[in-house]
Amino acid sequence: MSTTFVEEKPTQNLEPFKGVKKVPYEEYFTSGHRTCEGCESAQIMRLMAKAAGPRTIVLGATGCMYVANTSYYSTVWGVPWMHTQLGSAGSGALGVAAALRAQMRKGSMRDEPINVIAFCGDGGGADMGLSAISATMTHPDYNLLILLYDNEEYGNTDIQISGTSPWGVNTSFSTPGKVKRIMHHRWKKNVAPLILAGHPTVKYVATISTSYPLQAMNNIRKALSVGGPTFIHCLNPCPKGWDFDPLIAFELGELAVNTGIWPLYEVECGKLRLYGKTEAIAKGRFKRLPVRDYLLKQGRFAHFTEEDIEFFQAKVDEMWNRWLVPGVIPLEKEIEAEQRT
Amino acid sequence: MATLTMPVEEKKKTYEQEALITGAEAIAIACKLANVDVVTAYPIRPYDTVMQYMSQLVADGEMDCEFIVAESENSQFEIVKHASVCGARVFCGSSGIGWMYAMEVLTVTPALRVPMVCLVGNRALDDPGAFGVEHNDALAVRDLGWLLNWVDTAQEALDTALIAYRVAEDRRIFVPLAISCDGAFLTHSQALVKVPAAEQVMQFLPKYDRGDLLLHPDNVISVAPQANEDWVMEIRRQNYAVTERACDVIREVYADFERIFGRKYGNPFFEEYMTEDAEIVLLGMGTLSTPVRVAIRKLREQGKKVGFVRLRWFRPFAGAEIAKCLERFRAIGVIDRDLSLGAPDLSGVVATEVRSAMYTSAKTRPPVLDFICGLGGREVTVPDVGKMTDIVFQAANGKAQPLTQWIGLRG
Repeated sequence: MSTTFVEEKPTQNLEPFKGVKKVPYEEYFTSGHRTCEGCESAQIMRLMAKAAGPRTIVLGATGCMYVANTSYYSTVWGVPWMHTQLGSAGSGALGVAAALRAQMRKGSMRDEPINVIAFCGDGGGADMGLSAISATMTHPDYNLLILLYDNEEYGNTDIQISGTSPWGVNTSFSTPGKVKRIMHHRWKKNVAPLILAGHPTVKYVATISTSYPLQAMNNIRKALSVGGPTFIHCLNPCPKGWDFDPLIAFELGELAVNTGIWPLYEVECGKLRLYGKTEAIAKGRFKRLPVRDYLLKQGRFAHFTEEDIEFFQAKVDEMWNRWLVPGVIPLEKEIEAEQRT
Repeated sequence: MATLTMPVEEKKKTYEQEALITGAEAIAIACKLANVDVVTAYPIRPYDTVMQYMSQLVADGEMDCEFIVAESENSQFEIVKHASVCGARVFCGSSGIGWMYAMEVLTVTPALRVPMVCLVGNRALDDPGAFGVEHNDALAVRDLGWLLNWVDTAQEALDTALIAYRVAEDRRIFVPLAISCDGAFLTHSQALVKVPAAEQVMQFLPKYDRGDLLLHPDNVISVAPQANEDWVMEIRRQNYAVTERACDVIREVYADFERIFGRKYGNPFFEEYMTEDAEIVLLGMGTLSTPVRVAIRKLREQGKKVGFVRLRWFRPFAGAEIAKCLERFRAIGVIDRDLSLGAPDLSGVVATEVRSAMYTSAKTRPPVLDFICGLGGREVTVPDVGKMTDIVFQAANGKAQPLTQWIGLRG
């Protein structure tokens, strides 16, 4: 027994796909779903299942990707799938991993590495399920991935604000009125850093975007290979809730990155690496686009005044110019803060 | 297999050991004997002593399971729910308001066909805060498809835990089951218990087999999709069918228990005490049987022919059998260690169920009085029992009594 008392189990060790042409044809998220045209959440489900492959168990917390994907008798899943209660992605994954481990150790199940993935929306992951996910992230013995698909709203219940909804957004719980133009004045919860800073033994945390599908699949494969509990946060444009033409779903995902609103990074065994356009922004190779380019393409921000846009831009600038690690760690170095005052 | 043909007495000598243990410890030992795979714990008194014993069994290498300390009761029950769907035999439990914090999971598990076995160390629901016994925690799931039973002694706790796995995991049943132990009076009280040997348990308890409901890459299924109005009624009907079969399966399992372990429980659903010649009876669940039995022996010295019926299984509620048992008495007094505020005649849960069963199945119409007693862990005393007995006798003699009365209440 090692001095850490952690009994590691081998993973499937999934190598990254070396280019789009090397990605297998097989789909494990197939036909039968009722998601909207341009739904990027459905896209990450498909990429996730493809990246993980057939020896996988998927758990889906309540949300769009439960309700729209698994109507009785028309499931989309080509891998074993189970519905998990809204706040239970963390507990569900832990339970499955524990069951596999116990039965494999006792010889009542064939011993092999099986991927365990629990996905949750922002309601299930950033709001109700945060406590259970946090607990699961402290269990080093179990190999599992929590994938948070974030459409920045409760999308299945008629679009309401969640803990990850952007500032000022118009939802059915935050419609602008005669007196209050901005009903939602909270800033988006920074979930991936919450996980990585709060759970130092977690070996892999990443943010991804469906606008970079190959990269996203490879992040997922790495999360499943590194061992222990891992966490990925994916931003998913939603035509219905964000109010845009489905044709530009992909473009909006890119714009979220290029405006610096959605930084892409992975933290592997404590080492942070910005990647893609985010890395280019950080290294000065690419100039951040104004947030206006992103916001004004979406009906959910149509009520924004010039002042609102400026406020939003200032908050994103602050994230890039002042944070200890831009886009990741919202702390300032003491000396720099002093210099500014 | 030679042991099967051995006389019962002989078998006992060969296998059993006696131990001085509490009700909670008895359940922990039963889980070890049942070779449970995944156990989840979260602290709340009084059930949590079972988890203290369990963690020690794991630390000492006596029990091979994943022992997970969850961050809430909701997670505690979610973890074992998922583990069970993946083929693991699981155990978990809670008390009082902790059980209620898991209510979302408790609601979904019967339709999910998760045969988890849980211990409810009965505890009063907050507010006001109280550690003591009340039955409303476990009773909160009575309409949801759970099987529920109440045990009385540490021996019965151990035996019932083994019986529980056998019943719950029977493919004709396949729903969750909660064993209720009265907080403190049973969870923390020591008694001499006969602990069966692992070989006997293996004969009695087959391996948990989920068959085509197993969540595993070799069996690609989607569990718990959205059914809506198209199929919900048919799915509910399947859970209803479990309740139609449950009594027969339970009878079968008790008969097998007696055959293998040599311990007799008679009628599985309820136990009768001094009822042969009784004119009236009291009826209740759990450890209040102890003061009731003591009181009955004293009352009999005074010539009062009173008996006692202790309900073991509340779900299924063996209505016809209970009615048949009770119809021969002149009056019945139900002791409810619970509340059902606003129920017919403002009675407790058990009395209301008993009256309902009597109305459809009994040949006679004896008065069924209800006593709300022993709430929040207050002792049900021998004088309390005497008082209740007198009231029931008055009703038997034609003197009308209030249908619901509070006993042991300070003035």
